[in-house]
Amino acid sequence: MIFTIAHKEFRTLFSAPSTWLILGVLQFIFAWFFLARLDAYLQIQTQLAMVANAPGITLSVAAPLFGTLALVLMMLIPLFTMRLLAEERRNQTLALLLAAPISSSQIVIGKFLSLVLFLALIIVCSTAMLFILGLGTHLDFGLLLSNAIGLWLLTASYTALGLYLSALTKQPIVAAMSAIALSFGMWLIDVGSADSGSGLRTLSPSAHAQSMNSGLVVSADLIYFALFITTLLLLTIRRVNNNRLYA
Amino acid sequence: MTAPITLSARNLSRRYGQRDIIQNVSLELKRGEVLGLLGHNGAGKSTTLQMLTGILTPHGGEIEICGFDLQRQPDQAKACIGYLPETPPLYREMRVDDFLIFAARLHRVQKKHLHDSLVEAKQHCGLHESGQKIIGTLSKGYQQRVGIAQAIIHHPQVIVLDEPTVGLDPTQIRDIRTLIRKLGDSQSVILSTHLLSEVENICDRVEIMQKGRLIYGDSSVRMQAYGHQPGFVVTLLAPPPLSELQGIIGVEHVEVLSDTRFRIMHTLDTNTSAVLLALAAERGWQAQQLTPIKGNIEDVFTRITENEPI
Repeated sequence: MIFTIAHKEFRTLFSAPSTWLILGVLQFIFAWFFLARLDAYLQIQTQLAMVANAPGITLSVAAPLFGTLALVLMMLIPLFTMRLLAEERRNQTLALLLAAPISSSQIVIGKFLSLVLFLALIIVCSTAMLFILGLGTHLDFGLLLSNAIGLWLLTASYTALGLYLSALTKQPIVAAMSAIALSFGMWLIDVGSADSGSGLRTLSPSAHAQSMNSGLVVSADLIYFALFITTLLLLTIRRVNNNRLYA
Repeated sequence: MTAPITLSARNLSRRYGQRDIIQNVSLELKRGEVLGLLGHNGAGKSTTLQMLTGILTPHGGEIEICGFDLQRQPDQAKACIGYLPETPPLYREMRVDDFLIFAARLHRVQKKHLHDSLVEAKQHCGLHESGQKIIGTLSKGYQQRVGIAQAIIHHPQVIVLDEPTVGLDPTQIRDIRTLIRKLGDSQSVILSTHLLSEVENICDRVEIMQKGRLIYGDSSVRMQAYGHQPGFVVTLLAPPPLSELQGIIGVEHVEVLSDTRFRIMHTLDTNTSAVLLALAAERGWQAQQLTPIKGNIEDVFTRITENEPI
């Protein structure tokens, strides 16, 4: 049943021309940043060669690119999550799901999975682009993998947040705006308190993706992502259930 | 043998804030029956149907569908229901076929039966040529058909339709009524409407709802006779003596309208017209025309809803 919902959402995503457009533009932007980074690296390459234990190309080109992609996706994900539940409510199609023999959790998890898979696709495509570097040099595959997984977990968190906000309203645009505002706010907390080492910083998902960005998989971060996603999904399920009680 | 009960609801109630919008509604539906839920706008028809389909949780009362309790075994119970809400729940960007297959899979139709169910549902609703069309491009009438197809694709025992003919043109209304009647013969259908003619045409039984309560329930034929004595006007070209007509079973009163026309009033539940026609054929009275005297269903509805103390 979860798969049925996820499959339908996945198909709906790809039936919209805007999805293809966004995918294309996203790859273009990523390629652009990639080129710029590579260019910068080539300029300082000679100086790097003189430093002992200099950072490799994966760390100096690929890792920052994942950081950029995370920022772009943070802004884009709300556009995908906004319609997941808000549109169902606005078009009164939620009745079909609520009257069907499936539970609220299956509805929510199905929708969440469809987007997480879609994001995995974006991340895989972008990572594949970085493999071009492998033609000229040795790549640190471990670092690439930890970056990809970190980005995936980070975007999954944004998806869970967007999904919850989408469950709160009937207007997709309201869901999108509030999701962008919230994730941007949390990112600002992360950036703003990066030096002070304030406790607030631990609230922000982007702060927890940082160690994976430098190749360090910390179990505390994994637990944070798991908790963040589970909490928001539970809240969403509760919200969908409340439709039956108070609507 | 009585048909099995497919849906039973006992003492349903629901509040909206402090206001009771549904109070003590009890319904029962047998297989092969079409039940019409009649009422003014805002009488609580849609809310009742939403509770029956598990979209809203009742604040009191129990619902049992095909023997499954809707609260305790929601999956089994809901699998027996097909529901068409007031606004058909259609994903406008999907193709008709894709949407119907999605609806079928949501209702646990097995993979090997998917194709057959799809073809059958489309056949029933006159959609066999629209399978590849995008739902958003279809006319209102066709969208309504897709909505009905979605509700019947998994062969549910109970079909719940919320104002199924609203916004359709007369031909479409006729088609859909024929379809509902056909479905009602093998499954059970419960539909809400504020169109009295709909009740007259397709429902076996009527429940009238007002301000969240059921105030009248009876067979649709009996409702039409509410407050009226049943009777008919008959033209006999070679009439027998008046006393002979009065002697027919069930006849209460005969009024002579002209030499050949008589108004005959009879008791409820007797098929006096058939008896009279049989006698007429047997004794050569040359029956020419028989017109039942029907209570105007609008009058009946008004009388019932006005009589009720609130």
